[in-house]
Amino acid sequence: MSEIEKYIAPDTVSDAVKALSSGGVTILAGGTDLTPQIDAGRRSHAPTLMNIRRVDDLSGITQNKGETRIGCLTTVSEIKQSDLAPAILRQAADHFASEQIRNAATLGGNICNASPAGDMINPLLVLDASVELASWKEGAMEVRREPLRRFFTGPGKTIKHDNELLIAVVFDTPGPDFVGYFRKSGPRPALEISTVSVGIGGDYKDGAFHNVRVAFGAVGPTPLRGKATEAMLEGQALTAEVIDKSARAAQDDATPIDDIRATSWYRTHLIAVFTEELLNNVRQN
Amino acid sequence: MSVKTELNFTLNGRPVNIEVPVDMTVLNLLRDVLDLKGTKYACGEGECGACTIEVDGTTINSCLMYAADLNGRTVMTIEGLGAGNKMHPMQQSFVDHGAVQCGFCMPGMIIQANYLVKQNPDLTREEMKRGLEGNICRCTGYTKVLDAVAAIVGAEG
Ligand SMILES: Cc1cc2nc3c(=O)[nH]c(=O)nc-3n(C[C@H](O)[C@H](O)[C@H](O)COP(=O)(O)OP(=O)(O)OC[C@H]3O[C@@H](n4cnc5c(N)ncnc54)[C@H](O)[C@@H]3O)c2cc1C
Ligand code: FES
Ligand code: FES
Repeated sequence: MSEIEKYIAPDTVSDAVKALSSGGVTILAGGTDLTPQIDAGRRSHAPTLMNIRRVDDLSGITQNKGETRIGCLTTVSEIKQSDLAPAILRQAADHFASEQIRNAATLGGNICNASPAGDMINPLLVLDASVELASWKEGAMEVRREPLRRFFTGPGKTIKHDNELLIAVVFDTPGPDFVGYFRKSGPRPALEISTVSVGIGGDYKDGAFHNVRVAFGAVGPTPLRGKATEAMLEGQALTAEVIDKSARAAQDDATPIDDIRATSWYRTHLIAVFTEELLNNVRQN
Repeated sequence: MSVKTELNFTLNGRPVNIEVPVDMTVLNLLRDVLDLKGTKYACGEGECGACTIEVDGTTINSCLMYAADLNGRTVMTIEGLGAGNKMHPMQQSFVDHGAVQCGFCMPGMIIQANYLVKQNPDLTREEMKRGLEGNICRCTGYTKVLDAVAAIVGAEG
């Protein structure tokens, strides 16, 4: 294991972002991904370890002018318990690991770990969320916003630069007609890395589904949006025929692989089953 | 060895001042440096809950937490749950219900059960099961564990 030469625990965002500009920094949040990855030798420490958990204004959920904002240090437990978190996000939080892990795991850590199976990512894709990336440029903090759907480039890989801190996730606060559901596989609800997860949401009004967004987890190198499924559903009444066609479109959208947890055939089968199940949930609203 | 950092935190009601390597886990600090062997090491990767402790009033897996992050925090381990040699009611209830076999999972199980009841004094059996999902026991089959926690909830509710 590589040695850490310096440990810092800044308490302001600008100090944290400034520290990143010189390079060679490993960011520590809840540590629930970092610790096992270091122990298993799958990654090593940079010379500086920066604990961001002491940065105050990176925690919590707020709503302002139709926008919901979740700080990167907000834990999965806090999301699970918050009235300001949309139901689909709370469902994913409820199916996340164990209580002890949820108490430590942060939203920013889940996104930056960039696992195709990251459970908070799926509902955030359904909510069409963006991430805020902060860096230090010419003596001041600069923040850029990027849509989450363009954030991931491969397993563990994102468009975030090493000098950037993911400070928050933002999305339009869903309106009163918004209905969304999340479903992940596994024999137990928790402590199970998703073999497949599906999230579906949109405005369900007068029996028709609009602004539909569909997301799949653990079915490809990154979490992804289901474009064919969305096109199939947009503006439709959720009849048995539409639901059936959408479940098949979902199988075209997702290209799962064989791995130690499940075969491609099984994953493809689950995608159709979950898509159908979630659409039936929406219809019953 | 990695650089050290100075920590000041409260452990089971007492102040601790100590220097630790920044890549040390809280579990290693407790067991190997502070000689508190109640908190157990089993999987070392967040799956089993044997290492569960309370930090600032919420439970976490101490095998995943960096000791460096304890600075300024308040920690309770199984050693701090009862009062001296007097067992905490949750511990007594586990004894009374025969909920302990080899005992290896129990410090984590009892810390987690106690936390759940503090969070929600009207805990249902279903909520107990969900809340204890991160605590794996190879011996008991869980039924008597749930009985022990249910007795406490009944007593308080
Ligand atoms: C037993 C167990 C069960 C689990 N179950 C699940 C599950 O059901 N679903 C699931 O999705 N995940 C699960 N996980 C994975 C993990 O808990 C989550 O991904 C968690 O959200 C990571 O957050 P963290 O704060 O612990 O991240 P850390 O481990 O602190 O960091 C993760 C990575 O992100 C980087 N990082 C963190 N914050 C930022 C930031 N703000 N800006 C830039 N980079 C940052 C870190 O440098 C690191 O590379 C599980 C893990 C364990 C050990
Ligand atoms: S030893 Fe920490 S969870 Fe198993
Ligand atoms: S009593 Fe033996 S592991 Fe639980």
